[in-house]
Amino acid sequence: MLKIENLHAEIDGKQILNGLTLEVGAGEVHAIMGPNGAGKSTLAYVLGGRPGYEVTEGSVTFNGEDMLELEPHERAAAGLFLGFQYPVEIPGVSNVQFLREALNSQRKARGEEPLSGGEFLKLAKEKAGLLKLDMEMLKRNVNVGFSGGEKKRAEMVQMGILDPKLAILDETDSGLDIDALRTVGEGINAIMRQPDKAVLLITHYQRLLDYVQPDKVHILAKGQIVKTGGPELALELEREGYEAVA
Amino acid sequence: MSDLATLPTTRDEDWRYADPDALKELTAEVLDDWQEVTLSAGETSVQSFVLDDTNPGVTRVRLALGEGARAEIYAIASASEYARLEVEVTLTRGSHFEFGGVTIGGGDVTREFVTRVTHAEPEATSNQTIRAVHWNRAIGNFLGRIEVVRDAQKTDAAQNFRAILLEKGASANTKPELEIFADDVKCAHGAAIGALDPMEGFYMAARGIPPEVARKLQVQAFVADAFAEMQDEAKAEELLGKVLDRLGDAQL
Ligand SMILES: Nc1ncnc2c1ncn2[C@@H]1O[C@H](COP(=O)(O)OP(=O)(O)OP(=O)(O)O)[C@@H](O)[C@H]1O
Ligand SMILES: [Mg+2]
Repeated sequence: MLKIENLHAEIDGKQILNGLTLEVGAGEVHAIMGPNGAGKSTLAYVLGGRPGYEVTEGSVTFNGEDMLELEPHERAAAGLFLGFQYPVEIPGVSNVQFLREALNSQRKARGEEPLSGGEFLKLAKEKAGLLKLDMEMLKRNVNVGFSGGEKKRAEMVQMGILDPKLAILDETDSGLDIDALRTVGEGINAIMRQPDKAVLLITHYQRLLDYVQPDKVHILAKGQIVKTGGPELALELEREGYEAVA
Repeated sequence: MSDLATLPTTRDEDWRYADPDALKELTAEVLDDWQEVTLSAGETSVQSFVLDDTNPGVTRVRLALGEGARAEIYAIASASEYARLEVEVTLTRGSHFEFGGVTIGGGDVTREFVTRVTHAEPEATSNQTIRAVHWNRAIGNFLGRIEVVRDAQKTDAAQNFRAILLEKGASANTKPELEIFADDVKCAHGAAIGALDPMEGFYMAARGIPPEVARKLQVQAFVADAFAEMQDEAKAEELLGKVLDRLGDAQL
């Protein structure tokens, strides 16, 4: 589903990704772990197409299509969802307006009919319910004044509404309390655990992986995947740290 | 008050950021054409002015407010040629003046608001919110003079100007001018000139929103402040719609 080969990328002329290779198949969940500054968020941003993140070598295909050729919004319409480590606040734009605009833009790009206001609200209610987020929160401006955990939960509501094929979730577990962690974990499973979908979970800890069990765990260090293993690799890392394992 | 208009040049303080070529076309007739509005005690009026292609050039309005009166003016300057709205207001005890304005547009065009608010008696308040959105080589200006006469105590006057420039060639100017002759007075003014937040744009793109739609949402959020005090929501929507229509013309 997602195939990354020998990816090199730089920000402001500074090389961050140094030949990263990774393949995620349909129906799979992969975890990426790695020390601070290793390039995990950079990988997520490069896949999302953030301006200023320049690919200098290598390729990324998504269901066989060259993803690097697509504009960021086209990647989203093609089924990519990027969960942000730091969700962005948009003052003056409500979640409802933002998400309806997002969903209908994606549907338009795919040649589907737009959802009416009523249909959209019904869908939003259902997904907010799944993530146990108060509908009132969705009437507020995007992420403005949300607590750290609320932002992460709101992002998962966004994911539920947009129903992507591939989710790259950058530290979605950070900032969540114990109960929220479970809700979010179960939400990710409910939304993404399907044979034609895949998830790339970027995380520092085992705790989210208790709920969303990965098929593979990768260690990213200095802009490369330096080790790949099964779920036991995350446990080993938690016990022994990066220096011993990678 | 009588007016004997002398034709202005950009050497005049009040016209310093105006389009010099457009000033050459001005006539005394246009300059003497003040729309006068007098509000008696306790009266309220809400007016809107749309300086678009059907109404470019100079529009001048003069308001005199009786005690406790309230005047609201909402304005858009979006014409494809020089557009300027001037508002002169005299406030008496306990009256309030509200101004919300948006200059928006591209081209090689200057659009501006000029306000002169005189707090002639104590306890009057005024609030002015101006937003400017420009591209190409367009210029958006706000010149706001506030005069608080001697003994006009408990005056509360606020001005806020913010501009967003969508392209490098566009510019914005503001010149708050405060003449305060009373001591128990609150005068707040703020000004900021910037660009649309690229991280907001990327966040929206990451959710599938194309750049032109994202820009529209951002501009809508930005200019909405100017119409925030409007009670008539349908009218506010209509003005906002006119602003966003103009943005739709932008070739960026
Ligand atoms: N604009 C920039 N200019 C130069 N270097 C940058 C820029 N942005 C990020 N970097 C650097 O890129 C490297 C990788 O950052 P990245 O955010 O991808 O790390 P990470 O693996 O996500 O770390 P964390 O676990 O702390 O979230 C870091 O050394 C960071 O300082
Ligand atoms: Mg990171």
